[in-house]
Amino acid sequence: MPQHSLSSRQYLILGLVAVCAPLGDTCLSRGMTHMPPITLAHPAALIAAVFTPWIAAGIVLLIGFFASYLTALSWADLTFVLPATAFGNVIVALLSRFWLHEAISPERWAGIALITLGVGFVAQGPSLTEHPAPAASQEEQAR
Amino acid sequence: MIAPSSAAHLTFWSAVAMIAAVVLSSTAGEVLTAAAMKSIGDLDEIRAHSGLRGAIRAVLTCPLFFAGVFFLAVAFFALLLALNHLNLSLVAPASASLTLVTNAIAGKIFLKEDVDRRRWAAALLVCVGVYLLAH
Repeated sequence: MPQHSLSSRQYLILGLVAVCAPLGDTCLSRGMTHMPPITLAHPAALIAAVFTPWIAAGIVLLIGFFASYLTALSWADLTFVLPATAFGNVIVALLSRFWLHEAISPERWAGIALITLGVGFVAQGPSLTEHPAPAASQEEQAR
Repeated sequence: MIAPSSAAHLTFWSAVAMIAAVVLSSTAGEVLTAAAMKSIGDLDEIRAHSGLRGAIRAVLTCPLFFAGVFFLAVAFFALLLALNHLNLSLVAPASASLTLVTNAIAGKIFLKEDVDRRRWAAALLVCVGVYLLAH
């Protein structure tokens, strides 16, 4: 399998994939917990929630995640991109420890270490599987 | 060994079915979306040639992309259903970590990705890591 090294721009997109999803989820969670209870009897309250700052920020971040995720899948394998998305959990855990000063149990530290190790494994390998070109297109190229 | 009561047995298998629905629909969505993006080609190159509109048009005119989004939507509603019956501390780590393994298997079978020992090891490490982190 040939090596496909990534450019700094592609690493930036993988970074966005890892960061945008957990931050978007966090914004949505923070926004929804500060809202009064919403029932299906009043669906307009759910639509109004979309325009509150935290929910709107969460939606923008999740759109950013999906755009960068699709971009990453266009030049890298699914089995290469998915560990990068899981690395977002590590970022959230570290932010909660050092920014919000939350306690992290030994099990969670073990989880952080395993995810970091796994992402390191994948990042050292090729990003894309090279499929051999079909015989017909090879003949066309030869002409 | 005491056999589980029929009610507990039913609850266990209901939980398994709900988590399996999340994992399988999520895997189908991820694989179809990945296949769509591979068929479209490098989005950075398309954007360089045809601009952002050209890149968005390339994605939105691909039927496989919509098939992927459909299954991702099914996964979302399956997750909501599971959360309605089961604890978040069970559903979130179980579905997130199992999806990594099923995606590695599906990537090898359907996308013909070269899932070598390094990627299997990474999938399993991240799977256990996500479980520990989210549990």
